[in-house]
Amino acid sequence: MSYAIKAIIPIIILLIIVYGMLKNIKVYECFVEGARDGISICIKIFPYLLAMIIAVTVFRESHAMNYFIALAKPIVKIIGLPPELVPLALVKPLSGSGAMGIFAETLKKYGADSYIGLVASIMMGSTETIFYTITVYYGAAGIKKIRHTLWAAVLADITAIIMAVTFAKFII
Amino acid sequence: MINYIWFIIIAFGIIFGLVTGRGEIVSKAIVNSTASTVELTIELLGLMCLWCGIMRIAQKSGLTDKLAKILKPILRIIFKDSFKNDKIMTPMIMNLTSNMMGLSNAATPFGIETMNEMEKVNPVKGTATNDMAKFLVLNAACIQFIPTSVISIRAACGSQNPGIIIIPAIITTGIAAFMGITYCKILERYF
Repeated sequence: MSYAIKAIIPIIILLIIVYGMLKNIKVYECFVEGARDGISICIKIFPYLLAMIIAVTVFRESHAMNYFIALAKPIVKIIGLPPELVPLALVKPLSGSGAMGIFAETLKKYGADSYIGLVASIMMGSTETIFYTITVYYGAAGIKKIRHTLWAAVLADITAIIMAVTFAKFII
Repeated sequence: MINYIWFIIIAFGIIFGLVTGRGEIVSKAIVNSTASTVELTIELLGLMCLWCGIMRIAQKSGLTDKLAKILKPILRIIFKDSFKNDKIMTPMIMNLTSNMMGLSNAATPFGIETMNEMEKVNPVKGTATNDMAKFLVLNAACIQFIPTSVISIRAACGSQNPGIIIIPAIITTGIAAFMGITYCKILERYF
């Protein structure tokens, strides 16, 4: 099982191209066509990454982060979240691309394979941007009273954070 | 909201640095972070393109339809009120499967269509129904089989094993989604 987790990228690629071949898909042409989209995605997220990486770097290098972490520590200790990840946890529900910038900065600072890096990665790979989704979907349908939606979504987000903190211990 | 947060992080950081005499360090940090973002994006480019290419093959070969078949019995249990209405369920399944394949751009229009159809049969217009709340929570905690950008950024930041987080992330999201629906079921009685 642990070998499967470590070799998951080649396994996924193999499964997808074999399935594509079985379905008579022109896999090479398809791949090239899709890969072209990757370029525009990278260009599109660049300004978001830049904005957030500058902000978080300034916040950290001025040592304001140290005080913020000390302040947040007693609160996040309850769910076991490393205080270094509080900025990520706060921005994640608001902006996916903004969170991506903070995520990249966090990995650079603490290392992608460190405990903090792993918790951050699982958090990023799990929940979506709640506020954005609620605004867009309810806005489009003209829903004004959202009732318990936000509460349930925020609780689900906290559940995901607790799970991320737990599972990161197993793979470190 | 994100405007205020960005403003607070950067303004507070600069003021704090200036006051504590770290002006020069902050100045260097600003310049360096632009260069490091460029580096990161370039390293990201290759992997992003690789995953977009692979996911295109998955999409074209009909893996999305397979997913839809697996999803249906689960959705029947969650959305008892809406399940009989095909106008709601068809875009909903497209929305959820697109999210699972990591195609969030494709997912949004289907999500909006689902919401609009739900609103059409809503007895109290303008107020969210129980199914609407559940649908939104499922969108917020939706399993993504290959979190492409997360893996790519991990690799660009020097991870020895970028893919190691995939299975934990899927389990985490699965539990979050299950709990999210449970929270909905509990909270819907009080709102």
